[in-house]
Formats: sequence, C-alpha cells, structure tokens
Amino acid sequence: MIIAEQKPFEEIAKMTANFDKVLLLGCNECVTVCLAGGEKEVGVLAASLRMLRKQGDRPLITLEETVTRQCEWEYLDQIEKLAEEAECIISMACGVGVQFVAERFPDKWVIPALNTKSAGGSVKHGIWEERCGLCGECILYKTGGVCPVARCSKRILNGPCGGSQNGKCEVKDVDCIWDQIYKRMAALGRMDWLMEIEPEKDWSKARDGGPRKLIREDVMISE
Amino acid sequence: MSENKSRLQTLFEQGEFVVTGEIGPPKSANGEGIRKHAEHLKGYCDATNLTDNQTAIVRLSSIAAGMHVLKAGGEPIIQMTCRDRNRIAIQSDLLGAYSLGMKNMLCLTGDHQSFGNHPTAANVFDVDSIQLIRMVKRMKDEKVFACGEAIKKDEPRFFIGAVANPFADPFEVRVYRMEKKINAGAQFFQTQIIFDLERFERWMELVRERGLHERAYIMAGVMPVKSAKVAAYMQKNVSGMIVPDEMVTRLKNAEDQQAEAVEICVEQIKHIRKIKGVSGVHIMAVGWEEIVPSIAEKAGLLPRPQAAGIARVAG
Amino acid sequence: MSDFQPKIVAFCCYYCAYSAADLAGSMRLQYPPTVRMIEQPCSGRIDIRLILQAFEDGADGVYVAGCLEGDCHFLKGNYRAKLRVAQAKKILDDVGIGGDRVEMYNLSGSMGPRFAEIAHEMHERIKKLGPSPLNRKVEPSQLNCEAEPAAGQQ
Repeated sequence: MIIAEQKPFEEIAKMTANFDKVLLLGCNECVTVCLAGGEKEVGVLAASLRMLRKQGDRPLITLEETVTRQCEWEYLDQIEKLAEEAECIISMACGVGVQFVAERFPDKWVIPALNTKSAGGSVKHGIWEERCGLCGECILYKTGGVCPVARCSKRILNGPCGGSQNGKCEVKDVDCIWDQIYKRMAALGRMDWLMEIEPEKDWSKARDGGPRKLIREDVMISE
Repeated sequence: MSENKSRLQTLFEQGEFVVTGEIGPPKSANGEGIRKHAEHLKGYCDATNLTDNQTAIVRLSSIAAGMHVLKAGGEPIIQMTCRDRNRIAIQSDLLGAYSLGMKNMLCLTGDHQSFGNHPTAANVFDVDSIQLIRMVKRMKDEKVFACGEAIKKDEPRFFIGAVANPFADPFEVRVYRMEKKINAGAQFFQTQIIFDLERFERWMELVRERGLHERAYIMAGVMPVKSAKVAAYMQKNVSGMIVPDEMVTRLKNAEDQQAEAVEICVEQIKHIRKIKGVSGVHIMAVGWEEIVPSIAEKAGLLPRPQAAGIARVAG
Repeated sequence: MSDFQPKIVAFCCYYCAYSAADLAGSMRLQYPPTVRMIEQPCSGRIDIRLILQAFEDGADGVYVAGCLEGDCHFLKGNYRAKLRVAQAKKILDDVGIGGDRVEMYNLSGSMGPRFAEIAHEMHERIKKLGPSPLNRKVEPSQLNCEAEPAAGQQ
C-alpha cells in the first residue's frame, strides 16, 4: 500500500488560513490503513482546525467526507455537491488522491494534508516500512524476494557495500538488505546466483524515463 | 608496449612490492596543497590516490587534483564514485581523465551523501561499483560505451582498481564480492585500513583459497594513527573499521605518541609484506602526509624501484 | 478569575472509576461539582475525537479514568486510552488550547478516596489554567495561523 503521514498541524493551518469553509476529504484505502487520512483522521483534523480558528475572529466551517478511493473518478463524482459548497478541499489522501481531486474539481483550490512516503506495508503495529521502489522492472526473482532497489540506501544491485556492519546499514538504522539477501539466498541454496554480475539497470522504466503511463487496450471498452 | 601502461601497473607486473599514498583534495579552489603533498610523496610512493569528494563532502574534483599531481611529476590514481554521477557523467569523466594522461582508476560505490555536508542532495547511484568496473573494462577491451555503442577511436585504457573491505559484514561475502569485482574487470585492489591483522590474515586465507591473489594485485591499506585520542575516536565513530584495544592502549602508554604511531605502522607493513598474496601497501596518511617518507624508510620500502620503459616519475 | 468554575468532563470506565465514584458517594466523600462524569464501557472506548469534541462543546478540562495498568477487563483498553490521551495532548498543544487540560488516570473500583482526590486535583489544575481559550476571546495575533501569502486565494 501507499504509506503516508500527516503534515505538521501548523503547516496545514497556514495553508488553510485564508478559507472560511473547507471540505476535509478522507480516503478509505491505504491512508486509512496507515492511520493518516481515514474517516477518523478527518474528524480529528477537522476538530483541530475548528478549535484553532474559533480562538480568533475568523471561525472555520468544516465539511467532512471520506470516499472509497480518491484515485478513481466515480467515487469523486459522489461528492460533487459537497465540493460545490466548500471554498477549498483538504485532501487527506496520498499525492495521487490529491491530484485526482484537483483534476476532478478544477475550480477548487486543493490542499494536501499528508506527505506521501513510500510503497510498503506495516511490519508491526505502528511501524511501516518501504518495500517497493516502483522501478518498473522487477528483479525480485534474482534476489530471493528481497528488493535492493527500494531497500538498499545506495540501491546497489551487486551488494553489499563496505558499510554493512552486523547486519545493519551504515546510513540509517535499518537492516542491510544485502545481508538479508545473502542469508536468504544461502538458505535457499542459490549463492551461485549472486556471483552473476547484475548489469546496469534500465532506469528508463523507472521514474527516470519520465512520467509513466500504462495502456491496456485489451480491457478498454469502446463507447 | 609498456608506455601505454601506467607506472603502477608496470611495477606490479615487475613483481615489485608497490607503495601508494593518498591525498584528499582541499575544500577550496587552490591546488597548491595538492602539489606540495605530491612533492612530498615523491620518491616514497609509486602512485597517489586522489579521493572523490570523500565522505560526501564537496572538495576539489579528483580529476583536477590528479592534474596537479601530474604537474608535480607524480602518478595519480583517480578515485571515481557512483554517488554523484550517472553513467553519462562517469564515462565523460573517464574520457576526460584519460585525455589528461591519467591511467589509473579506482572504482568505488562511494559514501552515502547523508554523511557529508549536503545530506539533502539527490541519491544518484545509477550504477554500483561492480557495474562501474565492468563499464571501464568494456570501454578498454570491447571499445564500447556502456550503451553498447562503439568507441570509434582513442578509447580510455585505464588500469582498473577496486576496493575491498575485509572488516565489513558478512565476512565470507567480502571475498565473494571481491571475486565478483575481479570477474567484472578489477586488476588491483586496495583494502580498507587494516588494524586487525588477525582478521586480515583470515581474509587473505579465503582470498588464496579462491586463487584471487593470482588474478589481481592486492594492496593492504594501512594508516599511521597520530594519537591515542584519534584511535579511540575511530574505534567508536568510524564504521567498517576495526580498531583493536591494544593499539589504543599502546599509543596511550607511549611517551612520544607520534613516534609510536610510526612504529606501529612500520610493524604492520613489515608483517603484511610477509603475507602471501599481498602485492603492496596503500598508506593512507590523510592530513599527515609528511610522515610517509619516514614510514617508507623505516619499513624498508626504499629506494622505490624504477619501472622499466617509463621515464622516472615518482609520487 | 477566582469565581471561575471550570467545566470538567471525566470519561470513566465502568469497571473501575465509575464504581470508585459510587464508592466515594457511599463514603460521603466530597468532590468538586465541576466534574461531570460520563460512563464508558472501558477507557479503551475513548477516541481522540471524543476528547476534542468535549473541548469544542465547552469543556475546560477533560480526563480519562481507566483501570490500573494490567487490570483492564478488555486486556489492553487502558493502554490504548493512555496513548490516545497522549496524542490528544499533542493536538491540544498544536491548536493552542494546551495539553495540560487533558489527563489520564488509573485506579481500581475500590479506590473511592482516590477518585475524590483525582477530581480535586483536576479541578485545581483547571482552575489555575483558567477557562479554555475556546470559552474566552483571545487576540487573533496570538494564534499561529498567519496566512501564507502564496496560497492566497479568495
């Protein structure tokens, strides 16, 4: 899933300071699971903003709604009336949701309430880790199902570098992923695979090649 | 033939026990210091590494520094990391460095930018050190750029170096990775600074078991540690390095810590020289270059040999 | 300010604080009438939104009273409540109301005197802090919500 985190409250307060009636829009997918932008977080942020503004002479009216997915038009169609009422929409979805909202409601100012962090999962209650680097060409079959692109600080494809100490990465307090790859390959009896030199990666399939677009004519229905 | 080869390579091939030094370029646009250091190392080292923005701190570029060394009559080993350049910039720099007369290239992945003075910089790492080695080799042997396009004439023909760290984990993997670097095209190695000789010997055993010492020249990295304070600092704060307690104590108890530092380094070099499969030492006296002559002398490394077919240069 | 009578909402767990309140009553212990109790099936029932709503609806202080740690009838409800109160403190600080106005307490059903003590404690604390900023007028300049010129619309 996409992992996101709420922006500092002060930042959100500043971005919304010029509006009197806002729609806080949550998303029921990833950001609900990572406790950043679901129905509950919408309620908390709305109350927080209201309380802040009530202390001044410009109280804030909040509208609250949480849709199934902000990254799909049909769910945004459902809030058309609500959006009409508000001066601006505070999207509590990932960057994808924010942009879908902005595109769907072109005359509305849209404010992101979250910082989108990574594609990963929850390894423990309250801990989310990055897992996928979205590089566009999966090599997990070569590395025992452990991704060096996303999880090595230097995205080394022939690791580990000299900074691996006691299974930890020298850059951050995270596991050295090449240490894990080796352990896993050894356990699976595939050490010889790691002696193969992995050639330079084709980064054009990643973001480096420009914005990506996937077209599947096989599923398109003509109108 | 030999005029195409670097002095460093020629000496290895002559079977000499090779000595290299290292200069860290300054955080300024002045090459005076580099030239001075190069002068200093002349006649004591066969070639000199020029670090590439080491620990991710912006410094005068390694290739420009190499030019200062050449001007001072020395032989540069250009360090090239993957942190700051993509494959386009790397290859461009390789062409540039070779055109200026630099013939030795040391390929490293590079320290992560978070350690340096620009921790908010973008992470390049388009290629890793092994891919870089392979790229330099293909330019030389197959006369092609990384994309496969032919280099029609005047391809760069570097003597390709790599690094090995016997002190990083996992231990066994270090030797596999070294072998992978040799397969990719590495011709010589400089190791991480060695203080723990026992672990280094165990590592060399594994190296010999796989016959790697016969496929590449291995230089052991040493460093004179100026004081007990520095040693203690390195013990605590520098990762990828093992500093034994005995060394710290020995320095602490010495009357003249600097003399003791030289003594320790000399002992290490003498010991290392006896280890089968080691073809030289790389003395990293960064910030204390002036001590290198006396270490070289006491360790019995002088006079430095002549490289057949190459006009006498030193540095 | 001395005649300020705070409004304090106490979210009390049925298994401990609420029974302790009963006991305090039968023991004829006095505690301030400024505390309004709301019975909860468990302190883990507390949601940050509930705490914030209490303030929006006029409370000057809020506390959550749950079972002693390790004694929750639902195993971990009071631990959850503790975390939520901590989060609420952070939000109230951010918003300018003040995290001191919310607190978590742990007690058992047999601790009638302790219940009265907590009520006194919270009453004194909130009296000292004065009315919630939401219940008084403050100068807008004291708020940290200056408009960002770049975002200027409308």
